Amino acid sequence: MSAFLQYTLQGLAAGGFYALSALGLAVIFGVLGVVNFSHGACYMLGAVISAVLLAELHVGFWVALVVVPILMFGFGVLMERLLVRWLLALDPLYNFLLTFGLTLILVEAVKQKYGVSGLPYEVPAGLGGQVSIGSVNLSVYAIFACLFSVVVCVAVGLLLTKTRIGMIVRASTEAPERTRALGINVGRWVTPVFGFGIALAGLAGVLAAPTRAITAEMGSNFIIILFAVVVIGGLGSILGAVVAGFLVGLVEAYGIAYAPTYAQIVIFVLMALVVLVRPSGLFGREEVA
Amino acid sequence: MRSRTVQGTVAIAATASLALAACGSGAGGPQSGGSGKLTDDKIVIGLLNDQSGVYKDLSGPNSKTAIELAIADYKAKYGDKAVAKTIEIVTADHQNKADVANSKAQEMYDRQKADIILDVPNSAAALAVATQAANKKKLYINIGAGTTKLTGESCNKYTFHWAYNTAMLARGTAGTITKEGGTSWNIVYPDYAFGQDMNKSFTKEVTAAGGSVGQSIASPFPSDNFATFITKAGEGSPKVIGSMHAGGDLINFVKQFNQSSLKGKAQLAVGLMFITDIHSLGVDQFAGTQFTDAWYWNFDDQNKKWADRFKEKTNTRPSFAHAANYSAAMNYLEAVQEAGTDDADAVVGKLEGKKINDVFLRNGEVRKADHAVTHDVYLAKVKSSAPEEWDYEDIVKTIPAAEAYGEANPACKMG
Repeated sequence: MSAFLQYTLQGLAAGGFYALSALGLAVIFGVLGVVNFSHGACYMLGAVISAVLLAELHVGFWVALVVVPILMFGFGVLMERLLVRWLLALDPLYNFLLTFGLTLILVEAVKQKYGVSGLPYEVPAGLGGQVSIGSVNLSVYAIFACLFSVVVCVAVGLLLTKTRIGMIVRASTEAPERTRALGINVGRWVTPVFGFGIALAGLAGVLAAPTRAITAEMGSNFIIILFAVVVIGGLGSILGAVVAGFLVGLVEAYGIAYAPTYAQIVIFVLMALVVLVRPSGLFGREEVA
Repeated sequence: MRSRTVQGTVAIAATASLALAACGSGAGGPQSGGSGKLTDDKIVIGLLNDQSGVYKDLSGPNSKTAIELAIADYKAKYGDKAVAKTIEIVTADHQNKADVANSKAQEMYDRQKADIILDVPNSAAALAVATQAANKKKLYINIGAGTTKLTGESCNKYTFHWAYNTAMLARGTAGTITKEGGTSWNIVYPDYAFGQDMNKSFTKEVTAAGGSVGQSIASPFPSDNFATFITKAGEGSPKVIGSMHAGGDLINFVKQFNQSSLKGKAQLAVGLMFITDIHSLGVDQFAGTQFTDAWYWNFDDQNKKWADRFKEKTNTRPSFAHAANYSAAMNYLEAVQEAGTDDADAVVGKLEGKKINDVFLRNGEVRKADHAVTHDVYLAKVKSSAPEEWDYEDIVKTIPAAEAYGEANPACKMG
């Protein structure tokens, strides 16, 4: 029983991180209808920038947690202005291919500059070690990452559903003509929303830095799991991404516990089942998706 | 309608990413043609390795510097009496793809007139080049790859395996740690050919040394999240947790192991580790980890002196692969000198059975039966802090050549 509890808590801890990592993907999906394949590369950039800030400017984890998303926001704005914007009117496949190409460029550029063996990064002071709850042990950092992720997800969810800005953003994308007729400049919101999604990817990267290998390829595998999370949750649904993040974390943990070889396959079996039963995902709305 | 298009795109995205991840490379088929005659008054050494991918830091372009040092030493040693007056190096990047390695090797042997190819990390690429060497009847000394097939099923007259192999790593690490009291193991290994081989070899050696392996857990490759695997590996409270991962997976594993409750309770043993891994993750993250090293630059004065020469040229310390490239090139040139020709068969004859003591090989021998180059190897323990950059290892024990390499591989039928 304690083993089961241990795996459950570990799954939840991983799930929180998955939710945050998938959140930016879901926001850009949901609001702009862009399949941003470069999300994994932006996540990698977030981690690499944190490591470089630490090594070269002695900027620690807590500052990076604020600075890196701001830098990545800027990067996202540039990306939208210079590239993504021009393909928005076309089939979503065009932007998918664009961001796919961008991924290859970013990964190779980081390889050129920082090599292939990876960059060092340590667990920030105060977040090292373990906590024991009964017979269950969890790493302090994993708990922190999970709680932090949940707070960010809830804040983003509230921002989009409960605030005036969120309302305008949603209206601009769901019914652009009618929103424009109300005197709102629809195009104005596209750039910041995209930048915001990229900033979230960067934030997930910072959060990953102390606990994962920081290499140019770190996002290449991770993006696959994130796509699964977003598809299971429902395209563009913030709540869906969060719930699916936890679900995938749990499924993965139980998979590892009871059938380790199939741990990753289980995630995609879950994805296939969800798509079969509910093509728009757990929380996706048919008409918006 | 938009929902369908987006849905379709996502399906493509997911499929594309899966396909990308699954993208591997098949081994290149054997090629025919090419006779062995070549002299044109010079020796051409081909360096074929990974110049841009995961093994770049471990060997890569700096191995060329190591070979240049060998050429300089050879010339200094023989002066006017040198058989090889002109020695050239040609290099190529095999990108860790067996098919690229296969065609580059062919190009080196045929068009660039290479007399020998060195290095070739990545087992699939290494085996492809072995086939080329056999077909072209030209020399090939592998350094960077770990597969025992090079001196087993795929062995041939022209192929030598200079530095290490997976069976040696298992004997060194698993055998020694088990004998020293680490009798109960749980192993986590990446679920592909290399990881499965390592798991088998380690399990065999732990058992042979009187220990037991409670669980062998396969992890998907590649993988980011090892926290749960580590918890599972801790079940049954083993004394030793063996990680058979390499590269980014290894770093993920170690980082997450250090954050787990097993840190301090179980000893971490790593199947395959290079000094470049320690350098990239930081010495404190790996502190206390034991592994088998084929060579260490700060082991004694002889190694240190060579490492200083290497550092002058590259501004970094050598890995064992760099030292092995030096040793292989030097001994090849010595064999040419002895044979008085670059004729491959004559040179092979001089190399076979040769006993060598040099900066890389201690109690070394080019074993005639399977062309494995056996030598003393070292059980290393990562220091808790580095007195200087790259000074990361304490050598716990020298493992004698015979113990490390065992008997010649019976699967090798030298044709």
